[in-house]
Amino acid sequence: MDIIVCVKQVPDPETPPASFRIDPGTNKVIPAQGIAPVISTFDELAVEAALRIKDKHGGKVTAMTLGPESARDVLKHAMAMGADEGIHLLDAAFGDGDGWATAYALAQAIKKVGRYDLVLCGRQAADWDAGQVGLGIAEFLNLPSVTPIKKVEVSDGKLGVERLVADGFEVLEVSPPALLTVSNELGEPRYPTLRGIMMAARKQVTTWNAQDIGVEASQVGARGARTKLLRLFIPIRESKCEIVEGEDVVDAATKLALRLRESKII
Amino acid sequence: MTEYRGVLICSEALQGSLAAISWELLGIGRKLANDLGEELYAFLPGRGVQPLAQELVAGGADKVFVADDPRIEYYQTDSYTALMDGLCRQLSPQIVLMGQTSLGRDLAPRLAFRQGTGVAMDCVELSIDLQDRSLLQTRPVYGGNALAVLKTETKPQVATIRPKSMTEAQRDTSRRGEVISIPVNVPPGGVNFVKKVTEEVEGVKLEDAEIISSSPGGGAWGGTRPVCDSGWLPAQLQIGLTGKMVSPNLYLVVAASGSSQHMAGCSGARNIVAINKDPEANVFKYARFGVVADYRQLLPPLTEKCKELLSG
Ligand SMILES: Cc1cc2nc3c(=O)[nH]c(=O)nc-3n(C[C@H](O)[C@H](O)[C@H](O)COP(=O)(O)OP(=O)(O)OC[C@H]3O[C@@H](n4cnc5c(N)ncnc54)[C@H](O)[C@@H]3O)c2cc1C
Ligand SMILES: Nc1ncnc2c1ncn2[C@@H]1O[C@H](COP(=O)(O)O)[C@@H](O)[C@H]1O
Repeated sequence: MDIIVCVKQVPDPETPPASFRIDPGTNKVIPAQGIAPVISTFDELAVEAALRIKDKHGGKVTAMTLGPESARDVLKHAMAMGADEGIHLLDAAFGDGDGWATAYALAQAIKKVGRYDLVLCGRQAADWDAGQVGLGIAEFLNLPSVTPIKKVEVSDGKLGVERLVADGFEVLEVSPPALLTVSNELGEPRYPTLRGIMMAARKQVTTWNAQDIGVEASQVGARGARTKLLRLFIPIRESKCEIVEGEDVVDAATKLALRLRESKII
Repeated sequence: MTEYRGVLICSEALQGSLAAISWELLGIGRKLANDLGEELYAFLPGRGVQPLAQELVAGGADKVFVADDPRIEYYQTDSYTALMDGLCRQLSPQIVLMGQTSLGRDLAPRLAFRQGTGVAMDCVELSIDLQDRSLLQTRPVYGGNALAVLKTETKPQVATIRPKSMTEAQRDTSRRGEVISIPVNVPPGGVNFVKKVTEEVEGVKLEDAEIISSSPGGGAWGGTRPVCDSGWLPAQLQIGLTGKMVSPNLYLVVAASGSSQHMAGCSGARNIVAINKDPEANVFKYARFGVVADYRQLLPPLTEKCKELLSG
């Protein structure tokens, strides 16, 4: 199986809320001091899903990202985990796209790769939490898709997939080439090994710009976007927590129970 | 040039009734349609759903399009997208709304891209921009740390709504509307349904529970992602952005830091009570009452005292 995994670089989603800042002038997040951006949580799991298939059945895993210079790090991370190749879509024209523009560029790049049985994405990027780029790619490439999944296995050239739904999961059989988006229920992603990190450092990353993938600058990034951002802001949350204290834990527990009763919460 | 008019919602049925999300979709859909002075259309897909069409009318739909067919009992990307795409071509609605559910998460982006338009997922507020009559979409981003206001500049404007974020429509059986059956074609696709595995969790359903605790006790249970990932709780009991959205009267948050992604799942909770040993924990920003303590020491006497008060 040849697998393409789309990985995005995001500000660390576990950044403490107190360090989260927005520049109202540009409607952009101000990177938190000393907290490095990371591979998006579910994209790391998508790499893991790809590598599990490769471990069993062989094939090639290609990581692909669209983003600024720094986004090369997430390709290196995927390669250190075990991905064979990295493709970086790098062009000022790709900047500030919406789900539409990003999916379009990724789909065009995947077309250029040409040979693939499976495209994997995260269920949603850990910055904008949208969950649309994967399905957008599937629509542009006319691929069957399933979202979000917790398991994928290959047998007899078909993909056995488990799709998460509210009260359990569905078992589906999918014919490749297909697109799947991966959720955390897949299980832990592997850590890059020292050997993996050294190998990844030596591997070349392929860089493609808009022209390389055959798109006009007006079709991608901010100019290609269908949805415009009018405002980005941090909602004001007035904290009005009553901290219940006592002489000891038992006293605090008693006082809390009483306050809950007085407030008719219990 | 096509004139786009009206609001189309994709309703969902659950065990012979309209799902709660459908009442929310009717509520916000009717409001937006009224603000535009246009019609509200509802799509009703599934098996044996025909009898629910009148419910959608009672909830405010002017026209209900029913696709009742055993082959579409379960949501399936290809057939549902084809049906919605067909309706959009027929009606040219300005706005298309779905729930941020298993269905909407998959269908909304697929449909939007097929229609050549953008989509705003998981919106918590929708309104009409009075200047150009277009839809303003507000959605939490960055795990809930920020809110974004978006406008899709192509039509239709497609959005999904976060469960429990909109006011449900009132049922009014005196309302009149038209019910239209639409034919179902199941296009051959690359995905075959094998089976559904229901993982029932005993007791009250999280979404319906009045009291939820993130530690064993009275009421229903839910937890954070690490708790579910590590297998202490089944995955269905994860509360948060990528888990369940809950709105209990009381949510007792025990030993959870209060990450924005977790708290996104309980913004509808009326009373949050936090127990955490770290006085700086973010969870206290959301709580009405809090105790700084080790839960292992606090919970036994708390349970005891609550029982005493409730029996007295
Ligand atoms: C895109 C994305 C989506 C996500 N979706 C979800 C989601 O849907 N749901 C979700 O829950 N998470 C989600 N997460 C993960 C989320 O960011 C946090 O990592 C997670 O919620 C933290 O869980 P926690 O509070 O249990 O653990 P921690 O953050 O490790 O907090 C543990 C807390 O317990 C306290 N504590 C420990 N021992 C005791 C004791 N004995 N007594 C009292 N207090 C104690 C500590 O002080 C600490 O505050 C998502 C993350 C991303 C990036
Ligand atoms: N800039 C990007 N580069 C590579 N993959 C991306 C990018 N943006 C989104 N994706 C993929 O699409 C998924 C969903 O993204 P989103 O629709 O933005 O939530 C992510 O988990 C990634 O797998």
